[in-house]
Amino acid sequence: MQLEAKNIGFRYGDGPWLFQGVNFTVKPGEIVGLTAPSGRGKTTFCRILAGYEKPLEGSITIEGLPVPTRGFHPVQLIFQHPEKAVNPRWKMEKVLSEGEKPDPELLDLLGIEQEWLTRWPNELSGGELQRFCVARALGSNPHFLIADEMTTMLDAITQAQIWYAVLEIAKKRKMGIIIVSHEEKLMQRLCHRVVELKSF
Amino acid sequence: MIPGLKIGTKEEKVKRFYLNRRQKTLLTIVVATIILLSVVVGGAMLDQERIATNLNERNLPPSLKHLFGTDWLGRDMFTRTIMGLSLSMGVGLIGAIGSTSIALVLGMVSATMGKMADRLITWLIDLFLSVPHLVTLILIAFTLGGGFKGIVIGLMLTHWPSLARVIRAEVMQIRSAEYVQISQQMGKSSWWIAVHHIFPHLIPQLLIGFMLMFPHVILHEAAVTFLGLGLSPHEPAIGIILSESMKYLSSGMWWLAFFPGLCLLIIVRTFETIGENFRMLIDPTRANEK
Repeated sequence: MQLEAKNIGFRYGDGPWLFQGVNFTVKPGEIVGLTAPSGRGKTTFCRILAGYEKPLEGSITIEGLPVPTRGFHPVQLIFQHPEKAVNPRWKMEKVLSEGEKPDPELLDLLGIEQEWLTRWPNELSGGELQRFCVARALGSNPHFLIADEMTTMLDAITQAQIWYAVLEIAKKRKMGIIIVSHEEKLMQRLCHRVVELKSF
Repeated sequence: MIPGLKIGTKEEKVKRFYLNRRQKTLLTIVVATIILLSVVVGGAMLDQERIATNLNERNLPPSLKHLFGTDWLGRDMFTRTIMGLSLSMGVGLIGAIGSTSIALVLGMVSATMGKMADRLITWLIDLFLSVPHLVTLILIAFTLGGGFKGIVIGLMLTHWPSLARVIRAEVMQIRSAEYVQISQQMGKSSWWIAVHHIFPHLIPQLLIGFMLMFPHVILHEAAVTFLGLGLSPHEPAIGIILSESMKYLSSGMWWLAFFPGLCLLIIVRTFETIGENFRMLIDPTRANEK
Protein backbone atom coordinates (compact mmCIF):
# COMPACT_ATOMS: atom_id res chain seq x y z
CA MET A 1 0.00 0.00 0.00
CA GLN A 2 2.12 2.86 -1.25
CA LEU A 3 0.72 6.34 -1.78
CA GLU A 4 2.21 7.81 -4.91
CA ALA A 5 1.76 11.25 -6.46
CA LYS A 6 3.15 11.58 -9.98
CA ASN A 7 3.78 14.82 -11.85
CA ILE A 8 1.19 16.74 -9.92
CA GLY A 9 0.41 20.24 -11.15
CA PHE A 10 -2.19 22.61 -9.82
CA ARG A 11 -3.36 26.19 -10.08
CA TYR A 12 -6.48 28.04 -9.05
CA GLY A 13 -8.51 29.22 -12.04
CA ASP A 14 -6.24 30.86 -14.61
CA GLY A 15 -3.70 31.92 -11.99
CA PRO A 16 -0.01 31.04 -12.08
CA TRP A 17 0.94 27.42 -11.46
CA LEU A 18 1.25 26.78 -7.75
CA PHE A 19 3.44 23.79 -8.47
CA GLN A 20 4.08 21.53 -11.42
CA GLY A 21 5.69 18.14 -11.84
CA VAL A 22 5.66 17.24 -8.16
CA ASN A 23 6.51 13.64 -7.33
CA PHE A 24 5.97 12.26 -3.87
CA THR A 25 5.69 8.82 -2.33
CA VAL A 26 4.86 7.55 1.12
CA LYS A 27 5.31 3.94 2.11
CA PRO A 28 3.09 2.28 4.71
CA GLY A 29 4.28 2.98 8.21
CA GLU A 30 6.52 5.79 7.02
CA ILE A 31 6.39 9.25 8.58
CA VAL A 32 7.27 11.98 6.13
CA GLY A 33 7.63 15.66 6.90
CA LEU A 34 6.61 18.24 4.33
CA THR A 35 7.89 21.76 4.57
CA ALA A 36 7.94 24.96 2.53
CA PRO A 37 7.63 28.68 3.17
CA SER A 38 4.12 30.07 3.59
CA GLY A 39 2.01 30.31 0.46
CA ARG A 40 3.85 27.69 -1.58
CA GLY A 41 0.88 25.36 -1.72
CA LYS A 42 1.53 22.92 1.11
CA THR A 43 -2.10 22.87 2.13
CA THR A 44 -3.28 22.67 -1.48
CA PHE A 45 -0.96 19.73 -2.06
CA CYS A 46 -2.36 18.01 1.04
CA ARG A 47 -5.89 18.65 -0.15
CA ILE A 48 -5.03 17.06 -3.50
CA LEU A 49 -3.52 14.00 -1.79
CA ALA A 50 -6.63 13.61 0.39
CA GLY A 51 -9.00 13.97 -2.57
CA TYR A 52 -10.45 17.40 -1.69
CA GLU A 53 -9.18 18.85 -4.98
CA LYS A 54 -8.52 17.18 -8.31
CA PRO A 55 -5.00 17.72 -9.66
CA LEU A 56 -4.97 19.43 -13.05
CA GLU A 57 -1.92 17.40 -14.10
CA GLY A 58 -0.61 14.07 -12.96
CA SER A 59 -2.22 11.34 -10.88
CA ILE A 60 -2.53 10.03 -7.35
CA THR A 61 -2.37 6.28 -6.92
CA ILE A 62 -2.41 3.84 -4.05
CA GLU A 63 -0.61 0.60 -4.83
CA GLY A 64 -0.69 1.58 -8.52
CA LEU A 65 -4.47 1.97 -8.58
CA PRO A 66 -6.36 5.29 -8.74
CA VAL A 67 -8.02 6.30 -5.48
CA PRO A 68 -11.74 5.54 -5.43
CA THR A 69 -13.83 8.73 -5.59
CA ARG A 70 -16.83 7.28 -3.77
CA GLY A 71 -16.99 6.04 -0.23
CA PHE A 72 -14.46 6.47 2.54
CA HIS A 73 -11.25 8.05 1.29
CA PRO A 74 -8.20 6.02 2.39
CA VAL A 75 -6.20 9.24 2.85
CA GLN A 76 -7.62 11.37 5.64
CA LEU A 77 -6.66 14.98 6.26
CA ILE A 78 -6.69 16.70 9.63
CA PHE A 79 -7.08 20.44 9.49
CA GLN A 80 -5.39 23.20 11.42
CA HIS A 81 -8.56 24.64 12.95
CA PRO A 82 -10.61 21.96 14.69
CA GLU A 83 -13.41 24.37 15.53
CA LYS A 84 -14.11 24.76 11.80
CA ALA A 85 -13.91 21.03 11.19
CA VAL A 86 -16.87 20.06 13.38
CA ASN A 87 -20.49 20.99 12.84
CA PRO A 88 -21.38 23.47 15.62
CA ARG A 89 -24.91 22.05 15.82
CA TRP A 90 -23.81 18.48 16.50
CA LYS A 91 -22.95 16.96 19.84
CA MET A 92 -19.50 15.38 19.98
CA GLU A 93 -20.98 11.89 20.00
CA LYS A 94 -22.49 12.47 16.57
CA VAL A 95 -19.30 14.10 15.32
CA LEU A 96 -17.36 10.98 16.25
CA SER A 97 -19.83 8.60 14.65
CA GLU A 98 -19.61 10.37 11.31
CA GLY A 99 -17.03 7.81 10.20
CA GLU A 100 -17.14 4.41 11.81
CA LYS A 101 -17.50 4.55 15.56
CA PRO A 102 -14.00 4.57 17.05
CA ASP A 103 -13.35 1.90 19.66
CA PRO A 104 -13.02 2.99 23.31
CA GLU A 105 -9.35 2.03 23.29
CA LEU A 106 -8.62 4.72 20.71
CA LEU A 107 -10.54 7.31 22.69
CA ASP A 108 -8.58 6.39 25.81
CA LEU A 109 -5.30 6.66 24.00
CA LEU A 110 -6.20 10.14 22.75
CA GLY A 111 -7.34 11.16 26.21
CA ILE A 112 -10.97 11.76 25.27
CA GLU A 113 -13.16 11.54 28.34
CA GLN A 114 -16.60 9.97 28.27
CA GLU A 115 -18.36 13.05 29.60
CA TRP A 116 -17.13 15.14 26.65
CA LEU A 117 -19.24 13.03 24.32
CA THR A 118 -22.48 14.65 25.43
CA ARG A 119 -21.17 18.20 25.04
CA TRP A 120 -21.52 20.72 22.22
CA PRO A 121 -18.39 21.71 20.27
CA ASN A 122 -18.29 25.20 21.80
CA GLU A 123 -18.05 23.66 25.25
CA LEU A 124 -14.66 22.12 24.46
CA SER A 125 -11.25 23.70 24.02
CA GLY A 126 -9.28 23.64 20.77
CA GLY A 127 -7.04 20.86 21.97
CA GLU A 128 -9.97 18.72 23.04
CA LEU A 129 -11.69 19.29 19.72
CA GLN A 130 -8.56 18.37 17.80
CA ARG A 131 -8.46 15.03 19.65
CA PHE A 132 -11.98 14.39 18.41
CA CYS A 133 -10.95 15.25 14.85
CA VAL A 134 -8.08 12.79 15.07
CA ALA A 135 -10.33 10.11 16.55
CA ARG A 136 -12.91 10.68 13.80
CA ALA A 137 -10.30 10.35 11.07
CA LEU A 138 -8.68 7.27 12.62
CA GLY A 139 -11.98 5.56 13.44
CA SER A 140 -12.52 4.11 9.99
CA ASN A 141 -8.98 2.87 9.52
CA PRO A 142 -7.42 5.10 6.86
CA HIS A 143 -4.22 3.92 5.19
CA PHE A 144 -2.63 7.36 5.36
CA LEU A 145 -3.05 10.35 7.60
CA ILE A 146 -2.09 13.90 6.67
CA ALA A 147 -1.55 16.25 9.59
CA ASP A 148 -1.72 19.75 8.12
CA GLU A 149 -0.39 21.91 10.96
CA MET A 150 -2.36 19.64 13.23
CA THR A 151 -0.89 20.79 16.53
CA THR A 152 0.34 24.27 15.63
CA MET A 153 -2.04 26.12 17.89
CA LEU A 154 -1.84 23.75 20.85
CA ASP A 155 0.34 23.94 23.92
CA ALA A 156 3.37 21.68 24.25
CA ILE A 157 1.78 19.11 26.56
CA THR A 158 -1.31 18.63 24.40
CA GLN A 159 0.90 18.44 21.32
CA ALA A 160 2.97 15.72 22.90
CA GLN A 161 -0.10 13.75 23.99
CA ILE A 162 -1.73 13.84 20.57
CA TRP A 163 1.44 12.98 18.71
CA TYR A 164 2.20 10.13 21.08
CA ALA A 165 -1.22 8.63 20.45
CA VAL A 166 -1.05 9.10 16.68
CA LEU A 167 2.44 7.56 16.43
CA GLU A 168 1.38 4.64 18.59
CA ILE A 169 -1.57 3.90 16.31
CA ALA A 170 0.49 4.41 13.16
CA LYS A 171 2.99 1.85 14.37
CA LYS A 172 0.28 -0.64 15.23
CA ARG A 173 -1.64 -0.28 11.98
CA LYS A 174 1.35 0.37 9.70
CA MET A 175 -0.25 3.63 8.67
CA GLY A 176 1.72 6.25 6.72
CA ILE A 177 1.75 9.81 8.05
CA ILE A 178 2.52 13.07 6.28
CA ILE A 179 3.32 15.92 8.63
CA VAL A 180 3.12 19.51 7.52
CA SER A 181 4.65 21.94 9.95
CA HIS A 182 6.88 24.96 10.33
CA GLU A 183 8.46 23.62 13.49
CA GLU A 184 11.76 22.07 12.54
CA LYS A 185 12.36 20.52 15.94
CA LEU A 186 9.05 18.69 15.83
CA MET A 187 9.76 17.42 12.33
CA GLN A 188 13.24 16.19 13.24
CA ARG A 189 11.85 14.38 16.21
CA LEU A 190 8.94 12.68 14.47
CA CYS A 191 9.79 12.16 10.82
CA HIS A 192 11.81 9.48 9.08
CA ARG A 193 12.56 11.97 6.32
CA VAL A 194 11.69 15.57 5.54
CA VAL A 195 11.10 16.91 2.04
CA GLU A 196 10.74 20.49 0.93
CA LEU A 197 7.97 21.24 -1.56
CA LYS A 198 10.27 23.57 -3.56
CA SER A 199 12.92 20.95 -4.19
CA PHE A 200 10.74 18.27 -5.69
CA MET B 1 -16.39 59.80 39.37
CA ILE B 2 -17.07 59.80 35.68
CA PRO B 3 -19.91 62.22 34.95
CA GLY B 4 -21.24 60.07 32.12
CA LEU B 5 -21.87 57.24 34.55
CA LYS B 6 -24.43 59.24 36.51
CA ILE B 7 -27.84 57.74 36.08
CA GLY B 8 -30.74 60.08 36.64
CA THR B 9 -33.57 59.00 38.88
CA LYS B 10 -36.07 59.50 36.09
CA GLU B 11 -34.20 57.05 33.90
CA GLU B 12 -34.15 54.52 36.72
CA LYS B 13 -37.90 54.76 37.09
CA VAL B 14 -38.35 54.11 33.40
CA LYS B 15 -35.99 51.15 33.66
CA ARG B 16 -38.20 49.37 36.14
CA PHE B 17 -40.91 48.96 33.52
CA TYR B 18 -38.50 48.28 30.72
CA LEU B 19 -38.69 44.91 29.01
CA ASN B 20 -35.81 43.62 26.94
CA ARG B 21 -36.29 42.18 23.48
CA ARG B 22 -36.71 38.62 24.68
CA GLN B 23 -39.42 39.58 27.14
CA LYS B 24 -41.14 41.76 24.56
CA THR B 25 -41.06 38.98 22.01
CA LEU B 26 -42.49 36.55 24.54
CA LEU B 27 -45.27 39.00 25.37
CA THR B 28 -46.10 39.47 21.69
CA ILE B 29 -46.16 35.72 21.17
CA VAL B 30 -48.60 35.31 24.06
CA VAL B 31 -50.84 38.05 22.68
CA ALA B 32 -50.64 36.60 19.18
CA THR B 33 -51.52 33.13 20.44
CA ILE B 34 -54.55 34.47 22.30
CA ILE B 35 -55.77 36.35 19.23
CA LEU B 36 -55.11 33.41 16.97
CA LEU B 37 -56.88 30.93 19.25
CA SER B 38 -59.87 33.17 19.84
CA VAL B 39 -60.25 33.81 16.12
CA VAL B 40 -59.93 30.15 15.17
CA VAL B 41 -62.12 28.87 18.00
CA GLY B 42 -64.54 31.76 17.54
CA GLY B 43 -64.71 31.14 13.80
CA ALA B 44 -65.60 27.52 14.43
CA MET B 45 -68.08 28.23 17.25
CA LEU B 46 -70.07 30.99 15.64
CA ASP B 47 -72.79 29.60 13.44
CA GLN B 48 -74.04 30.94 10.17
CA GLU B 49 -77.31 32.10 11.78
CA ARG B 50 -75.64 35.09 13.32
CA ILE B 51 -74.83 36.47 9.92
CA ALA B 52 -78.26 35.70 8.54
CA THR B 53 -79.93 38.75 7.08
CA ASN B 54 -82.19 40.51 9.56
CA LEU B 55 -83.80 43.52 7.96
CA ASN B 56 -85.17 44.79 11.28
CA GLU B 57 -81.64 45.54 12.51
CA ARG B 58 -80.12 47.24 9.49
CA ASN B 59 -77.29 49.78 9.67
CA LEU B 60 -76.98 49.82 13.44
CA PRO B 61 -73.89 51.55 14.88
CA PRO B 62 -71.69 49.60 17.33
CA SER B 63 -73.47 48.72 20.56
CA LEU B 64 -73.19 46.07 23.24
CA LYS B 65 -75.45 43.72 21.33
CA HIS B 66 -73.61 44.22 18.07
CA LEU B 67 -70.02 45.02 18.99
CA PHE B 68 -68.98 46.08 15.50
CA GLY B 69 -72.47 47.20 14.42
CA THR B 70 -74.53 45.69 11.62
CA ASP B 71 -74.44 46.15 7.84
CA TRP B 72 -77.09 47.11 5.29
CA LEU B 73 -78.62 43.63 5.47
CA GLY B 74 -78.69 43.49 9.25
CA ARG B 75 -75.79 41.01 9.55
CA ASP B 76 -73.67 41.20 12.69
CA MET B 77 -70.33 42.70 11.68
CA PHE B 78 -68.43 41.20 14.64
CA THR B 79 -69.30 37.69 13.54
CA ARG B 80 -68.50 38.48 9.93
CA THR B 81 -65.13 39.93 10.91
CA ILE B 82 -64.17 36.90 13.01
CA MET B 83 -65.20 34.54 10.24
CA GLY B 84 -63.34 36.63 7.68
CA LEU B 85 -60.20 36.66 9.81
CA SER B 86 -60.31 32.93 10.36
CA LEU B 87 -60.62 32.39 6.60
CA SER B 88 -57.81 34.88 5.92
CA MET B 89 -55.54 33.14 8.41
CA GLY B 90 -56.26 29.77 6.85
CA VAL B 91 -55.39 31.11 3.42
CA GLY B 92 -52.33 32.87 4.82
CA LEU B 93 -51.12 29.74 6.58
CA ILE B 94 -51.46 27.50 3.52
CA GLY B 95 -49.92 30.15 1.29
CA ALA B 96 -46.98 30.82 3.60
CA ILE B 97 -46.27 27.12 4.18
CA GLY B 98 -46.38 26.44 0.45
CA SER B 99 -44.17 29.40 -0.32
CA THR B 100 -41.63 28.46 2.34
CA SER B 101 -41.45 24.92 0.97
CA ILE B 102 -40.89 26.19 -2.56
CA ALA B 103 -38.18 28.54 -1.29
CA LEU B 104 -36.48 25.69 0.61
CA VAL B 105 -36.47 23.30 -2.32
CA LEU B 106 -35.37 25.85 -4.92
CA GLY B 107 -32.74 27.36 -2.63
CA MET B 108 -31.25 23.94 -1.88
CA VAL B 109 -31.35 22.83 -5.52
CA SER B 110 -29.74 26.00 -6.82
CA ALA B 111 -26.93 25.81 -4.28
CA THR B 112 -26.16 22.11 -4.68
CA MET B 113 -27.08 20.92 -8.16
CA GLY B 114 -24.43 22.64 -10.23
CA LYS B 115 -24.02 25.78 -12.27
CA MET B 116 -26.84 25.33 -14.78
CA ALA B 117 -29.49 24.80 -12.11
CA ASP B 118 -28.12 27.74 -10.16
CA ARG B 119 -28.21 30.05 -13.16
CA LEU B 120 -31.76 28.99 -14.03
CA ILE B 121 -33.11 29.43 -10.51
CA THR B 122 -31.32 32.74 -9.93
CA TRP B 123 -32.84 33.97 -13.18
CA LEU B 124 -36.26 32.82 -12.02
CA ILE B 125 -35.83 34.59 -8.68
CA ASP B 126 -34.79 37.81 -10.42
CA LEU B 127 -37.72 37.51 -12.79
CA PHE B 128 -40.24 37.16 -9.96
CA LEU B 129 -38.62 39.92 -7.91
CA SER B 130 -38.59 42.36 -10.82
CA VAL B 131 -42.39 42.32 -11.07
CA PRO B 132 -44.47 43.46 -8.07
CA HIS B 133 -46.00 40.54 -6.15
CA LEU B 134 -49.49 41.84 -6.63
CA VAL B 135 -49.30 41.84 -10.42
CA THR B 136 -48.05 38.23 -10.65
CA LEU B 137 -50.53 37.20 -8.00
CA ILE B 138 -53.45 38.73 -9.92
CA LEU B 139 -52.25 37.12 -13.16
CA ILE B 140 -51.94 33.65 -11.61
CA ALA B 141 -55.18 33.87 -9.63
CA PHE B 142 -57.02 35.11 -12.71
CA THR B 143 -55.58 32.37 -14.94
CA LEU B 144 -56.65 29.69 -12.47
CA GLY B 145 -60.16 31.09 -12.42
CA GLY B 146 -60.04 32.84 -9.05
CA GLY B 147 -61.74 31.40 -5.98
CA PHE B 148 -60.06 29.69 -3.04
CA LYS B 149 -57.86 27.43 -5.15
CA GLY B 150 -56.71 30.18 -7.47
CA ILE B 151 -55.78 32.60 -4.74
CA VAL B 152 -53.97 30.01 -2.60
CA ILE B 153 -51.90 28.72 -5.52
CA GLY B 154 -51.24 32.29 -6.60
CA LEU B 155 -49.99 33.21 -3.12
CA MET B 156 -47.77 30.13 -2.95
CA LEU B 157 -46.20 30.85 -6.31
CA THR B 158 -45.42 34.51 -5.69
CA HIS B 159 -43.97 34.83 -2.21
CA TRP B 160 -40.96 32.51 -2.32
CA PRO B 161 -38.24 34.45 -4.21
CA SER B 162 -36.63 36.55 -1.47
CA LEU B 163 -36.57 33.64 0.99
CA ALA B 164 -35.19 31.34 -1.71
CA ARG B 165 -32.33 33.77 -2.22
CA VAL B 166 -31.53 33.84 1.49
CA ILE B 167 -31.57 30.03 1.65
CA ARG B 168 -29.41 29.69 -1.45
CA ALA B 169 -26.76 31.94 0.10
CA GLU B 170 -26.94 30.09 3.41
CA VAL B 171 -26.60 26.66 1.79
CA MET B 172 -23.63 27.82 -0.29
CA GLN B 173 -21.89 29.04 2.83
CA ILE B 174 -22.47 25.81 4.76
CA ARG B 175 -21.53 23.67 1.78
CA SER B 176 -18.05 25.18 1.66
CA ALA B 177 -17.51 24.64 5.40
CA GLU B 178 -14.69 22.30 6.32
CA TYR B 179 -16.91 19.90 8.23
CA VAL B 180 -19.03 19.33 5.12
CA GLN B 181 -15.93 18.65 3.01
CA ILE B 182 -14.72 16.20 5.64
CA SER B 183 -18.11 14.52 5.58
CA GLN B 184 -17.75 14.04 1.82
CA GLN B 185 -14.34 12.45 2.26
CA MET B 186 -15.83 10.18 4.92
CA GLY B 187 -17.96 8.80 2.13
CA LYS B 188 -21.30 10.36 3.00
CA SER B 189 -23.77 10.89 0.16
CA SER B 190 -24.86 14.39 -0.77
CA TRP B 191 -28.41 13.57 0.33
CA TRP B 192 -27.13 12.53 3.77
CA ILE B 193 -25.13 15.75 4.01
CA ALA B 194 -28.12 17.84 2.97
CA VAL B 195 -30.34 16.28 5.63
CA HIS B 196 -27.86 16.04 8.51
CA HIS B 197 -25.48 18.94 7.98
CA ILE B 198 -27.25 21.59 5.94
CA PHE B 199 -30.93 21.42 6.86
CA PRO B 200 -30.51 21.95 10.64
CA HIS B 201 -28.69 25.22 9.88
CA LEU B 202 -31.61 26.43 7.78
CA ILE B 203 -34.33 26.00 10.41
CA PRO B 204 -33.93 29.49 11.96
CA GLN B 205 -33.96 31.12 8.51
CA LEU B 206 -37.04 29.14 7.53
CA LEU B 207 -38.84 30.01 10.75
CA ILE B 208 -38.14 33.73 10.40
CA GLY B 209 -38.92 33.68 6.70
CA PHE B 210 -42.25 32.03 7.46
CA MET B 211 -43.12 34.44 10.26
CA LEU B 212 -42.42 37.46 8.07
CA MET B 213 -44.15 35.97 5.05
CA PHE B 214 -47.37 35.10 6.85
CA PRO B 215 -48.68 38.68 7.39
CA HIS B 216 -47.53 39.61 3.91
CA VAL B 217 -49.56 36.77 2.42
CA ILE B 218 -52.66 37.71 4.42
CA LEU B 219 -52.44 41.32 3.25
CA HIS B 220 -52.03 40.31 -0.37
CA GLU B 221 -54.95 37.92 -0.13
CA ALA B 222 -57.11 40.73 1.26
CA ALA B 223 -55.87 43.11 -1.42
CA VAL B 224 -56.62 40.78 -4.31
CA THR B 225 -60.00 39.88 -2.86
CA PHE B 226 -60.70 43.57 -2.36
CA LEU B 227 -60.03 44.11 -6.06
CA GLY B 228 -62.57 41.40 -6.82
CA LEU B 229 -60.12 38.88 -8.29
CA GLY B 230 -59.77 36.58 -5.30
CA LEU B 231 -62.26 34.74 -3.12
CA SER B 232 -65.84 34.62 -4.31
CA PRO B 233 -68.23 37.27 -2.87
CA HIS B 234 -70.35 34.87 -0.80
CA GLU B 235 -67.40 33.95 1.40
CA PRO B 236 -66.92 36.20 4.43
CA ALA B 237 -63.35 37.25 3.65
CA ILE B 238 -61.93 40.50 5.01
CA GLY B 239 -61.19 41.73 1.50
CA ILE B 240 -64.82 41.19 0.49
CA ILE B 241 -66.11 42.97 3.59
CA LEU B 242 -63.86 45.95 2.95
CA SER B 243 -64.71 46.27 -0.71
CA GLU B 244 -68.45 45.98 -0.07
CA SER B 245 -68.38 48.54 2.70
CA MET B 246 -66.68 51.11 0.45
CA LYS B 247 -70.09 51.92 -1.05
CA TYR B 248 -71.56 52.73 2.36
CA LEU B 249 -68.69 54.77 3.79
CA SER B 250 -69.99 57.98 2.22
CA SER B 251 -73.30 57.54 4.01
CA GLY B 252 -71.51 57.69 7.37
CA MET B 253 -71.41 53.96 8.20
CA TRP B 254 -67.76 54.04 9.24
CA TRP B 255 -67.94 50.90 11.38
CA LEU B 256 -68.34 48.65 8.36
CA ALA B 257 -64.75 49.20 7.23
CA PHE B 258 -63.11 50.43 10.42
CA PHE B 259 -63.31 47.37 12.67
CA PRO B 260 -62.50 44.64 10.11
CA GLY B 261 -59.63 46.75 8.81
CA LEU B 262 -58.31 47.39 12.31
CA CYS B 263 -58.46 43.68 13.20
CA LEU B 264 -56.56 42.79 10.04
CA LEU B 265 -53.96 45.43 10.82
CA ILE B 266 -53.50 44.21 14.41
CA ILE B 267 -52.96 40.62 13.32
CA VAL B 268 -50.55 41.56 10.56
CA ARG B 269 -48.55 43.86 12.82
CA THR B 270 -48.36 41.28 15.61
CA PHE B 271 -46.91 38.61 13.37
CA GLU B 272 -44.56 41.06 11.73
CA THR B 273 -43.24 42.13 15.13
CA ILE B 274 -42.66 38.54 16.18
CA GLY B 275 -40.81 37.78 12.96
CA GLU B 276 -38.65 40.90 13.21
CA ASN B 277 -37.80 40.22 16.85
CA PHE B 278 -36.91 36.61 16.10
CA ARG B 279 -34.63 37.76 13.31
CA MET B 280 -32.81 40.18 15.57
CA LEU B 281 -32.56 37.72 18.44
CA ILE B 282 -31.10 34.99 16.27
CA ASP B 283 -28.70 37.26 14.36
CA PRO B 284 -25.56 37.23 16.57
CA THR B 285 -24.39 40.66 15.37
CA ARG B 286 -27.64 42.34 16.36
CA ALA B 287 -28.75 40.31 19.38
CA ASN B 288 -27.26 42.89 21.78
CA GLU B 289 -29.49 45.70 20.53
CA LYS B 290 -32.26 46.64 22.86
